[in-house]
Amino acid sequence: MPSLKEVRNRIVSVNSTQQITKAMKMVAAAKLRRAQDNIIQMRPYAQKLSEMLGTVSAGADVAAESPYKAVRPVERVLMIVVTSDRGLCGAFNTNVVKAALTRISEQYATQQSRGNVEIMAIGKKGGEAFTRRGFKVNNQFVDSFLNLSFANVRAAAESAMESFVAGRYDVIELVYNEFKNVATQIVRTEQMLPIVSKPADATATTASAVNYAFEPSEEEIIAELIPKSLKIQLYKAVLESNASEHGARMTAMDKATENAGELLKELRLVYNRTRQAAITKEILEIVGGAEALAN
Amino acid sequence: MTLDIITPDRKVFSGEASAVTFPGIEGQFQVLNDHAPLVSTLAKGPVTIQTASGQQTFIVDGGVVEVLRNRVLVLAEAVVA
Repeated sequence: MPSLKEVRNRIVSVNSTQQITKAMKMVAAAKLRRAQDNIIQMRPYAQKLSEMLGTVSAGADVAAESPYKAVRPVERVLMIVVTSDRGLCGAFNTNVVKAALTRISEQYATQQSRGNVEIMAIGKKGGEAFTRRGFKVNNQFVDSFLNLSFANVRAAAESAMESFVAGRYDVIELVYNEFKNVATQIVRTEQMLPIVSKPADATATTASAVNYAFEPSEEEIIAELIPKSLKIQLYKAVLESNASEHGARMTAMDKATENAGELLKELRLVYNRTRQAAITKEILEIVGGAEALAN
Repeated sequence: MTLDIITPDRKVFSGEASAVTFPGIEGQFQVLNDHAPLVSTLAKGPVTIQTASGQQTFIVDGGVVEVLRNRVLVLAEAVVA
């Protein structure tokens, strides 16, 4: 049985751990709110942009050719993996990394064996995980979360798009956590480039009723809009991942606080039992001593 | 007419305007009330807004503008001041 002092020290240490996890949970909750606000801020822009793209392409007769639509035989692959900068958020990072690895081994095994799969890490944890596994990792934009803004993410997106157009990669895929609710994150794998053309939606036909003046031509406007929507796609992924991270951390820390509480309960029981045993022992000794004197 | 200038990070301007000047990619142009429907791309430059309370200028770093039924919508990637 552990000594009284040991148990007491243990209780103190578990107690302070519980305080830390509780504080972290609260911080994560506050950050989650801000992250969600960011998503809400971004939504009108994304929505209007896709609406506009719809209107303009409805006006254009031919599906505009774009360097971002070029389908080439897949030789070199870039995976953009969005993770977090910090740990202590449950299986959040593991899930993304695992999804990316499965994707690579299922889809790009031959390219991988030739060393033609590269990782662009957004978020430190993913960068570390893939470096450990011996992947070629581009860490240029790893710090995007330090100061999360569109300007940062835009630079990352532009660099990826440029290297696709230049032919350095034939496929660019995006792996991230989508925010469903505080407790649930869904790992998504999307093909970013080349653009997979979606079937024209119904909204485009209603919008085309208006006779817009285009300046310059429709084709040129489309050529402007496509890269914009790609950047938004990456920005959206990063924001979703950011919100998911705080959600995941909140649940993980909530669970940790709960576990610490249970541990404390058990420790207190042990403490009291040990204390009582010691008192009983002392009384027995006194009684025994008194009896020996009486004889 | 109502004018909205939005970036992915925030809403920069939202309100009534009597005239707006844009840095169009093929030259500067102005939009007044009851302008015909228009979609145009923007170059980097100043967007000048004439409101009831005076004049305001934002520098946009490229973007698109849509004019439809007295609603002007500017999607800018970045706005400086």
